[in-house]
Amino acid sequence: MPQYEAGTFDVIVVGAGHAGAEAALASARMGAKTLVLTMNLDMIAFMPCNPSIGGPAKGIVVREIDALGGAMGRVIDKTHIQMRMLNTAKGPAVRALRAQADKVLYQQEMKRLMEEEKNLTLHQGIAEKLVVEDGKVTGLITQVGGIYRAKSVVITTGTFLRGEIIIGDLRYSSGPNNQQPSIKLAENLEELGFETVRFKTGTPPRVNSNSIDYSKTEIQPGDEEPRAFSYETTEFIMDQLPCWLTYTNEKTHQIIDENLHLSPMYSGMIKGTGPRYCPSIEDKVVRFNDKPRHQIFLEPEGRNTREVYVQGLSTSLPEHVQRKLLESIPGLEKAEMMRAGYAIEYDAIVPTQLWPTLESKQLENLYTAGQINGTSGYEEAAGQGLMAGINAAAKVLGKEEVILSRSDAYIGVLIDDLVTKGTNEPYRLLTSRAEYRLLLRHDNADMRLTELGHKIGMISDERYAKFLAKKDRIEVEIKRLRGMMIKPNDITQQLIRDAGGSELKDGIRAADLLKRPEMTYDMIAQLTASEVELEDEVKEQVEIHIKYEGYIEKSLQQVAKLKKMEDKKIPENIDYHSISGLATEARGKLAEVRPLSIAQASRISGVNPADISILLVYIEQGRIAKIPS
Amino acid sequence: MEFDTIAAISTPSGEGAIAIVRLSGPEAIGIADKLFRAPSGKQLATQPTHTIHYGHLADPWTEEVVEEVMVSFMKAPKTFTREDVIEINCHGGIVSVNRVLALVLRAGARLAEPGEFTKRAFLNGRIDLSQAEAVMDLIRAKTDRAMDVALNQMEGRLSKLIGTLRQALLESIAQMEVNIDYPEYDDVEEMTRPIMLEKALWVRSEIDKLLQTSSQGKILREGLSTVIVGRPNVGKSSLLNSLVQENKAIVTEIAGTTRDIIEEYVNVRGVPLRLVDTAGIRETEDIVERIGVERSRKVLKEADLILYVLNYSEALTEEDERLFEAVRDMDYIVVINKTDLPQKIDLDYVQQLAGDKLLVTTSLIEEEGIDQLEEAIAELFFEGQIEAGDMTYVSNARHIALLHQAHQTISDAIEAADLDVPVDMIQIDVTRTWEILGEIIGDTADDGLLNQLFSQFCLGK
Repeated sequence: MPQYEAGTFDVIVVGAGHAGAEAALASARMGAKTLVLTMNLDMIAFMPCNPSIGGPAKGIVVREIDALGGAMGRVIDKTHIQMRMLNTAKGPAVRALRAQADKVLYQQEMKRLMEEEKNLTLHQGIAEKLVVEDGKVTGLITQVGGIYRAKSVVITTGTFLRGEIIIGDLRYSSGPNNQQPSIKLAENLEELGFETVRFKTGTPPRVNSNSIDYSKTEIQPGDEEPRAFSYETTEFIMDQLPCWLTYTNEKTHQIIDENLHLSPMYSGMIKGTGPRYCPSIEDKVVRFNDKPRHQIFLEPEGRNTREVYVQGLSTSLPEHVQRKLLESIPGLEKAEMMRAGYAIEYDAIVPTQLWPTLESKQLENLYTAGQINGTSGYEEAAGQGLMAGINAAAKVLGKEEVILSRSDAYIGVLIDDLVTKGTNEPYRLLTSRAEYRLLLRHDNADMRLTELGHKIGMISDERYAKFLAKKDRIEVEIKRLRGMMIKPNDITQQLIRDAGGSELKDGIRAADLLKRPEMTYDMIAQLTASEVELEDEVKEQVEIHIKYEGYIEKSLQQVAKLKKMEDKKIPENIDYHSISGLATEARGKLAEVRPLSIAQASRISGVNPADISILLVYIEQGRIAKIPS
Repeated sequence: MEFDTIAAISTPSGEGAIAIVRLSGPEAIGIADKLFRAPSGKQLATQPTHTIHYGHLADPWTEEVVEEVMVSFMKAPKTFTREDVIEINCHGGIVSVNRVLALVLRAGARLAEPGEFTKRAFLNGRIDLSQAEAVMDLIRAKTDRAMDVALNQMEGRLSKLIGTLRQALLESIAQMEVNIDYPEYDDVEEMTRPIMLEKALWVRSEIDKLLQTSSQGKILREGLSTVIVGRPNVGKSSLLNSLVQENKAIVTEIAGTTRDIIEEYVNVRGVPLRLVDTAGIRETEDIVERIGVERSRKVLKEADLILYVLNYSEALTEEDERLFEAVRDMDYIVVINKTDLPQKIDLDYVQQLAGDKLLVTTSLIEEEGIDQLEEAIAELFFEGQIEAGDMTYVSNARHIALLHQAHQTISDAIEAADLDVPVDMIQIDVTRTWEILGEIIGDTADDGLLNQLFSQFCLGK
């Protein structure tokens, strides 16, 4: 194949899934001349698995992406068919928004945003080989011989790297949904010395809505209250579509038992490691065989299609068994299967080969993001894509790198986990992975990240000004409630009685009254007339801030300690093998992960406090040695 | 964790008229002010640096006075570690100094690792480069020993109990996490405040029990309660005097129903012994005679260790055999005294009666055999596993401090549950308790929760 010079860019993004789209948009937004290369322009931001965005932890990631100027929140706000706030009966730290997406509209809207972004060029093509000079990536070559030059390259190939679809005993080379796999690039990465692992994930069958008997299922409607992910969204979609709930039963499980020998998971045909977070129905039935039924959610894939996603029935059993399974489930007895479920195996790179900027340690200027880094989930991919795009552009533009801490964002937790601990299964974010979940809330993502987003050029001045005004209103209101006394008059006592609390004996500060569990901001507002009408988001923040002050304060103290350890930087050129005091295991782990700070070093499993002490002493020794006395 | 406030006893334990507990770190002054009560009511924080102040230490939770002290107050940077440093001078002796240390740890300091003050001095540029290697060696060597100790304790009763508590907490935490991360998952009970509260109360009462009865805790607070028994004139008071002289005892008079029972504390190779009824031994030589059979049985029963003295130069009497019967199920050491006189006792028969208990022969008059006895005591206490010395105190005090922390966090959870705080926020303190308990038994693997989650529940789409 003759080669030709196809163009020069600051940043090239390979892939335009959820990671690639955010990476490309962020890079362009930062001011870098960016090319996004995808195998198929019709597959931008495609959802190969369930038509849903958000949920616990993940929904907060979407808010964080938005606060940093990313696209996912804005796009889903325009293209969802349903939204629900989850965990509303619990505390504010774990509330999370989840949307059902119109898959096709989502793709179209994302594509439109990318097309309209200045500095961003979209091109359909298949990257086959990286151009490497002096240990640095300087571009790539496509299948048709185009040589694209760039200062940084971001690879977001999802499950395409040496992808293989498996259904029953059928196995063939393929990307998701029968897209072309990416084989040459996988080989190239291997040649360049990247360590890879084989992961597996799967998807359930889809059925035609017209063939479902919904009378045998339970309706799952969206919230009536308007909801949005993005802080920019002002128009809300009120016309929502419901999902439906049904269950598997003894018969379903019996079919699985009888056909287990046909399952590639159990015949040994699948070698890749699957996520515990997203088991196939075979897995569920085998591992929890005393459970009489499993939930099956029927989720519409969009407004202009009758295709319905059968959530809960992820499987790689042969197609004829899948048909039998569907027939056994109430409501799906006559369901027309439009697509069969399948398992997919793919290469992922071992993520401890990356810096916390998502830049490769061995190949400068190369970044990776999304499923290639061993994660699962659209939101996890998008969060990484955003950070890889920001950092790739920052490097090109000579700006400071951007690393989110575990106390800044779930995205920080995600990336730190990946590059510090690695993962031996597809990684999913869970609220329990965050040490400071009370600080990493849905409601305050803007308070945590807008400042940073603006500083790096991802958030416009206009949006930033709005943010500052909101922040100011929150602070003023908190101050007002802290200063204002409430008298124990009839109105007050009545209101407290109605709320089920005990009457006041003396006057009390408004903020202290709000701290009582039965009191809400709106009740306090009735007693402390203010001329300013505040929006709901401000009220929410004021209420959370005052009510949970003690808890928040405790978390902040822990964070202050963490920050001190993060400020203790480890020199990049440190030679762990020359530090005699370190335990052998710690030495190996530290040399592999090459942590940037003492805080990160202390999170590596196998590195104990004594090793950290020795490291501190060693670094200090080096520092003193460098200062001529 | 680095950069927090550390504390340790910085004088050799159990010796000297005074002992010093030293604190270093950003919260040193704050912690001291929490505990220190000057007669004038002044706060240390407002005093000029490098001054010394007289007063008392009080338990801030009960306002009970713990010790009479002199407190040295030194602000950074002109201190040994270049951090804020507080030195509490208290009465010498294991019990008082450990009490002060325990109080300081409860008030928020962390027990210093071996060599940590020196390490901080170095990190803050206080000592020179040539000492760095030595500091690193010290950390390594002492930590390896500490890890051996931790491993030993892992097998013990304490670690089993804590393991049980942790598992109970973990199940609740996992259930809560499922409620949060899989809100639609229907096969799990919704974690509620009453369930969480019930479990938290149970865990707290278990921690209470541990703090009160765990041998480590009790011994640190009170010493190993030790009774010397034997027929008249076998050498009980000589044994007492030998132990006391050799180990510089502190005599205390404790309040109680019998005000005349005097106890003396001695430190025998790292084991703090509380010698019970020393006055009785000195005066009448016989505990049974002096306080009656019932009381003496009770004293024997409550003892952690019995030193049973026999006369080498007399044949075993019926009374001796009765005493063997009385101490049968207890921890005791047989001390066969007066080897300077001709042997009349049948050693084989004594050994037969004593079973697997230790026999030590001494001549207290000739000052022989006391070393072997002390070794036997240390061996019995440490089950021959742990070298006696400061490390034992370190790990003990560390456990107690952690148990107090766990007690605090679980109490926070209980208080929150009473206040109708959302259950996922109560869980924050429950999780913290689980982590702290994990530190005690050295289990800090952080994938425990996820493993529990996905083995206990069938999750996922």
